[in-house]
Amino acid sequence: MTDVPIDAAIAEEELVEGSSLWKDAWARLRKNKLAVGSLFVFVFICLFCFVGPLLSPYDATAQDLFAGAEGPSAEHWFGTDTLGRDLMVRVMEGGRISLLVGLVATVVALAIGVIYGATAGYVGGKVDASMMRFVDLLYALPFTIFVILLMVAFGRSLWLMFVAIGCVEWLSMARIVRSGVLSLKKQEFVEAAVSLGYSHRRIIVRHLIPNVLGPVIVIATLTVPAVMLLEAFLSFLGLGVQPPNASWGVLINEGQTNMEIYPWLLLFPAGFFAVTLFCLNFIGDGLRDALDPKSAKD
Amino acid sequence: MPLLDVDDLTTWFHTRDGVVRAVDGVSFSLDRGETLGIVGESGSGKSVTCYSLMRLIPEPPGRIERGTAMYDGRDLLQMSKQELRKVRGDKISMIFQDPMTSLNPYLRISTQLIEALQTHRDIDKKAALNKAIEALEEVGIPGASKRVFSYPHEFSGGMRQRVMIAMALITEPDLLIADEPTTALDVTVQAQIMDIIKQRQNDLGTAVILVTHDLGVVAGSCDKVLVMYGGREMESGSVEQIFHHPRHPYTRALQKTIPSLQEKGQELFTIPGLPPDVSKPIHGCAFHPRCPYPKIGQPEGERPPLEEIEPGHCWSACGYCDSSAPIETVLAKADVDAVETVEGDA
Amino acid sequence: MLKFIAMRLLQGVLVLLGIYAVTFLLVAATPGSPFSSERAIAPEILAQIEAFYGYDRPLGERFITSLGNFVQGEFGPSAVYANRTVTQIIAESFPVSLTLGSISLGLALLLGVPAGILAAVKRNTWLDYIPMSVSMAGICLPTFVMGPLLALVFGLILQWLPVAGWYGPEFAILPATTLGLYYAAYFARLTRGGMLEMLNQDWVRTARAKGVAESTIIWKHCLKGGLIPAITFLGPALAGIISGSFVVETIFQIPGLGQWFVRAALNRDDFLVLGLTVLFAAMIVLMNLLVDIVQVALNPRLKYD
Repeated sequence: MTDVPIDAAIAEEELVEGSSLWKDAWARLRKNKLAVGSLFVFVFICLFCFVGPLLSPYDATAQDLFAGAEGPSAEHWFGTDTLGRDLMVRVMEGGRISLLVGLVATVVALAIGVIYGATAGYVGGKVDASMMRFVDLLYALPFTIFVILLMVAFGRSLWLMFVAIGCVEWLSMARIVRSGVLSLKKQEFVEAAVSLGYSHRRIIVRHLIPNVLGPVIVIATLTVPAVMLLEAFLSFLGLGVQPPNASWGVLINEGQTNMEIYPWLLLFPAGFFAVTLFCLNFIGDGLRDALDPKSAKD
Repeated sequence: MPLLDVDDLTTWFHTRDGVVRAVDGVSFSLDRGETLGIVGESGSGKSVTCYSLMRLIPEPPGRIERGTAMYDGRDLLQMSKQELRKVRGDKISMIFQDPMTSLNPYLRISTQLIEALQTHRDIDKKAALNKAIEALEEVGIPGASKRVFSYPHEFSGGMRQRVMIAMALITEPDLLIADEPTTALDVTVQAQIMDIIKQRQNDLGTAVILVTHDLGVVAGSCDKVLVMYGGREMESGSVEQIFHHPRHPYTRALQKTIPSLQEKGQELFTIPGLPPDVSKPIHGCAFHPRCPYPKIGQPEGERPPLEEIEPGHCWSACGYCDSSAPIETVLAKADVDAVETVEGDA
Repeated sequence: MLKFIAMRLLQGVLVLLGIYAVTFLLVAATPGSPFSSERAIAPEILAQIEAFYGYDRPLGERFITSLGNFVQGEFGPSAVYANRTVTQIIAESFPVSLTLGSISLGLALLLGVPAGILAAVKRNTWLDYIPMSVSMAGICLPTFVMGPLLALVFGLILQWLPVAGWYGPEFAILPATTLGLYYAAYFARLTRGGMLEMLNQDWVRTARAKGVAESTIIWKHCLKGGLIPAITFLGPALAGIISGSFVVETIFQIPGLGQWFVRAALNRDDFLVLGLTVLFAAMIVLMNLLVDIVQVALNPRLKYD
């Protein structure tokens, strides 16, 4: 019988456990055709938006009034808008901004939500109760109205929009992180780790983060489309991204004003927007099923 | 003719990771008023056996592959859904392991109690309510006429299990299937619940199938015993036969695990190893890997045949170990061997 | 229960007060004044106008005065539309928005909840997959995409329905569908989830063991609990329908509160913004109170406290 130090044996076991959790999740995700398909389409759309403009001969803001509002053709695949700008490049540039807003505002929401939720869950007791009651209260408020007023009051800058949207979308994040921390605090293996004298840092790094990471990834993935929706909503009302810059919301707004005559101006940006939201939602659902088999639909 | 005659009952679950053979060819029979105990560890297929009889297996992934369960001249496993509904709750009732989750928290106790009566009998609501109150009194719930209108969360676990018993017996069924009725309860309450089941059984002449992993409970309340392991029948017979002349190594080992039958001051005996993984085919005797007896050769073939050693006493006649000696001798020798191995290593 | 409602109402009033304060500050922080416009106005006249509306006073005093008027139900004059008070504008437009909102919410519930129940009961069949895929598509087609698309197809190409204005019942169809479909999708998914959770409970097995018919299990045993997620979502749904009305009323040119709000925000019509914000918030607060009451009524484990 070989002499294995108990601690090393435990560590080894932990590693095996840890990697197999993510491996299992990956295997489950790969079986989900809808999620994998969505991932491919989403990657394609990202490449299209971020690499596309470099390959296109047209400039997003270059007007060509003689070629105004032409339908899709061999030269302009998506047609041109009323000012003769190539719609495909505009859709690409718009996508860049929409996706970027989605990403950055999600990071803002993530930061606020994780800090708030983890604090509430970790401190617990009355602090936790009142912090979460505050979240409940905010949940019930007409936030879009405040975002609108905020955008009117402080000018329509992209950065303000990131912050404003982030401030709205952190609520679910906080709830999920808090419930994760709370349930973890009660679990025996954390108590065991504490009683074994492991440091806080070790407990947080080895137990807390891996256990909360799954739900946070899922909710973050699902927050991106929600954020993009809000951005497009603001841009549609003329409060978001300002022309001549474009986001998908701006393009949809431009498209709908002229849709009787130039329907492609609406259909292309709306199509890209809807497909992107579709993909992100399916990826999020797939991740949830993969990371938490218990919550899987059936 | 027995009340219930089950033959070759086989229930498999077809999961993504393979076929789980939860119940694999189980047979037993039960007369009116008789009590059958089904014993086994967790995962031995005893609960699935009961659910299969009531056809409460979630399908898919579960499927009753073959077998018959003749009740009153009709096969429960072949009945149409309508016919089955007429049997469930009227002729055959069931109580479950966890009384905390088995009652609907959104409905009053009264609603749930009279539901079976309203479904199966032509009875007006008032009469049904009176019967419900009577039923609660019979299982020993004080102030039944008031408490009948409470919600489940206003009752303790033991009280809820009493309600479950009252609910199951309100139609005076021929057969009561009790799936580990005391497992989820406090030890102090367990005996009370068993007493109530026995008492009501005597009052009504109901036959009972009692699923449990507690051999002590079986000894105290059953006429017949079926010992299951890995979805299969290991041994069956009368309580006397199983307790006084156990034949199968598993039955013997299981008996050794009853704390009250062990010598005081001695370390409690547990069967080493884990129950078999029933998602993989089992060759020969399911208990073979954990069997403490000296092994003879490698198990092959489907399974050992069932052999009747006395009238009514069957065992899965495993030929892969030498089970002639009493288990005490075998265990004593195993202990000595284990000590020697450890010393040899050091 | 009366105590519970009273407490919640008090809480609601405090929330509204908070909303009023925040909105007031946001409006006050907006650069410029409601009266600056492209047309050059003589400074003396501008000062006169500002004095008329009370803008020459310090912020604190303005806040107290306007709050005082507000409590008395006097929402003040519109700063942009001369000779009209906020109360008049609300009285005119509220019925329009209320009609549109009620039809939308009703449509969302009537389509979404049955679809969710059906999908849960027939899970993993086509009756589950089809409504759930459609609802996912619905969630990914927000109002400002769905609206123009519906208008394009049914209004402009097929010419079945009018796409602009508010002159009769047929004018409500497209905008109410636009608003309602989106939330129908949410209600369908929430109801499906809630019903599935109920159908997987142990007590459903108990009911089956009693010989209870499957339809009774669904209606009597599962519906109450299964509807709770959908009911909880009523508050957010109302908030969403209100903000959705900003878009839909703009697209379909409906003279409702939503269009007024967007215009008021953009034109710095301070009193109108304040009045409408508090009105919207009050509706949402009331809806949430209603949801709380219904929840306790449905779930005997909850108590009013």
